[in-house]
Amino acid sequence: MSRFDTPSSVVDRLRGVTYLADESIGSAVFLADRLSKPVLVEGPAGTGKTQLAKSVAEALGARLIRLQCYEGLDEAKALYEWNYKKQLLRIQAQRVAEEGKPSAAPGGEGSTFSWSELEEDIFGEEFLLTRPLLEAIRATDPVVLLIDEVDRVEIETEALLLEVLSDYQVSIPELGTVTANQIPLVFLTSNNTRELSEALKRRCLYLYIDYPDLEREKEIILARVEGISGELADQVGRIVRALRTLELKKHPSVSETLDWARSLVLAGIDSVDPETATSTFNVLLKYRSDIEKAQKELALVGDE
Amino acid sequence: MIELLEGFVTELRQAGLPVSLTETVDAAGALHHIPFEDREAFKYALGATLVKNQAHWKAFETVFEVFFARTGHRVGSDGQETDDLAAAAQARARARIAGMQEEAVGGGGEPMTPEEIAAMLRRALMGGDEEWTRALAQIAVSRFAGMEPGRPVGGVYYLYRTLRNLNLDALLEEMIAAEEEQAPGGLTPLERRLVHDELAQRIDALRKEIEAEIRRRLVADRGSEALARSLRKPLPEEIDFMHANRDELAQLRRAIQPLSRKLAVRLARRRRHLRRGALDFRSTIRHSLSYGGVPAEPRFRKPRPNKPEIVVLADISGSVASFARFTLHLVYALNGQFSRIRSFVFVDGVDEVTHLLEGSDDIGEAVHRVNTEADVVWVDGHSDYGHVFEAFYERWGQEMTAKTSVIILGDARNNYHASNAWVLKELRKHVRHLYWLDPEPRTYWDTGDSIVGAYANHCDGVFECRNMRQLERFVDYLA
Repeated sequence: MSRFDTPSSVVDRLRGVTYLADESIGSAVFLADRLSKPVLVEGPAGTGKTQLAKSVAEALGARLIRLQCYEGLDEAKALYEWNYKKQLLRIQAQRVAEEGKPSAAPGGEGSTFSWSELEEDIFGEEFLLTRPLLEAIRATDPVVLLIDEVDRVEIETEALLLEVLSDYQVSIPELGTVTANQIPLVFLTSNNTRELSEALKRRCLYLYIDYPDLEREKEIILARVEGISGELADQVGRIVRALRTLELKKHPSVSETLDWARSLVLAGIDSVDPETATSTFNVLLKYRSDIEKAQKELALVGDE
Repeated sequence: MIELLEGFVTELRQAGLPVSLTETVDAAGALHHIPFEDREAFKYALGATLVKNQAHWKAFETVFEVFFARTGHRVGSDGQETDDLAAAAQARARARIAGMQEEAVGGGGEPMTPEEIAAMLRRALMGGDEEWTRALAQIAVSRFAGMEPGRPVGGVYYLYRTLRNLNLDALLEEMIAAEEEQAPGGLTPLERRLVHDELAQRIDALRKEIEAEIRRRLVADRGSEALARSLRKPLPEEIDFMHANRDELAQLRRAIQPLSRKLAVRLARRRRHLRRGALDFRSTIRHSLSYGGVPAEPRFRKPRPNKPEIVVLADISGSVASFARFTLHLVYALNGQFSRIRSFVFVDGVDEVTHLLEGSDDIGEAVHRVNTEADVVWVDGHSDYGHVFEAFYERWGQEMTAKTSVIILGDARNNYHASNAWVLKELRKHVRHLYWLDPEPRTYWDTGDSIVGAYANHCDGVFECRNMRQLERFVDYLA
């Protein structure tokens, strides 16, 4: 059932879907597959954590099931829920059917209405609403499960994930335990706004995706931005690297870099000079003070 | 293999990394699937299974490098091959250097002068030739470090000697000047900045290469566990504020941003979840009427968020300045958790700096302004806690109220001046809490001119606050 042969084959296949992975990413995904363990992906915002899961799904031709985490996420939204409206209707329909028969009073002797039957009936598969986690477990086609921004849920809610992540099963009191038909690849992403619990970390492989180095970022720009020249990509990469060395409120992410490169291409600019940089920095930097600081530091305005 | 892994895990634990048993088992499992000849994959496999915190990655890398060099563990035959390949490349580079040397000095076996090495290094760096740079790093180490077998000196000493001889800062300046000459019509400021970054990065790579080379030689020389211990670097959260070097300070600065964000989120959440206030007796009785007078449903008051007003009084004299800086940074990052923050800094005089810190987005810059603008010197610029407290109490004592928590940051090294501890005693009567954070290890307290003890009697708590972990714990406790 192994999906990849070697770590480098992971990198190659991801490259096929224009996701340029480095060796650490390759190793982590490869091991996740072989050891059947989820991968916890951390790193600054906008370095392609979510995209990694999407690209792996694309490379494998698998369906991506996504669970977006938020504060207040509960079982009913993450695992499963009983469709109680449908259950009510079912009971109502039964009653109507009973009343149609003249011989038996509802619930009385000789009625077809028996409590245990009904219970069995309304707690059947038909009335179960699957939510992402259960859906990933029950899927028969290849799937990749993405649990996005897991640091947003409360620490208590994390516990809800543990059973799924370690044993790939979900316990439903009325139905019993649902175990996975096949073990899906699972990615959890975190922006590190809080420390995740030890229990969760222990169950996962850990992957940290940092900002790419100049060479890789250049490749990413070339692969993802249509019609960009090598020279401009190089320049964009260098400027962004310079910006990341500054102490800013928010450093430009890879996705913002790509946006910037795209907007430069659209504007028909083939070399960044101080004027174009000044007028387009707002794509890259999202705080007024950051923009001012960047302009000062990169000597775009001022004394010269 | 398992033994090797066990040894490695023990080493990691000694370096302070928390590695659990299940993680070790995972690592063992992972190694089954990894082609042994691939050293990088081997490293990442161990990393992914054993290290679950990015801040620990650097420590892991160092341990990995030393450990697997130390045991002399060659992984697979292919690994040997790549090593050979690298060696061949090195040899080529060396041959090239030797060739150039001959050109320069016209044959003869005398060693290169420092100037020649620098000139070659410049050419290698400007060309961005990694192979060549690496070979030169080796040459520089053998030429300048003066390493002697068996000498019990740390790697830092050799590194310092090598770098001093190379004078990399001057090299950088030279290279930039050379680039500028080459460019037709000079460089625009933006271009100059980019060139500077590029070259600075290459020099950084060179520095790392030299460091690694020294480490390799030390391992070859001593090959003992002692080395691993001497190379062990503290984790960022355990770096001592008072003894941090420049690199470590930079690490701390990087660490404090995510830390403060994490703390803010945690505190805000905790506040939100504390839903219950005190029992609302009237309301409970009123509602009991519908149960026939039985108070079946207790009612509670709405909780009133209880945000303390914080006054920070920080010693910014040389010895403890960086500690004060990090604490101020953290306190201000959490300003949502407090109703108001006022800050004062002192050496032997005291001055309010709230206005400097408040309006600014960039706390680092603000702290810099504090250092230059605040009027904190009274007589001679040596800490005088006694006078400071007296002056503070006289001028601002009236403004301290029952809602105020006062935090004093300092090592209480009073240079044998009068302690004036009575001021704190008075102050404590007015304020809600009075805390003292001391960046010195507890064992140093009350030794020499430190008089923490004299002040401690009048504080609600005195905390040892040497590193980020302890600071975090205190702030958590405070809010």
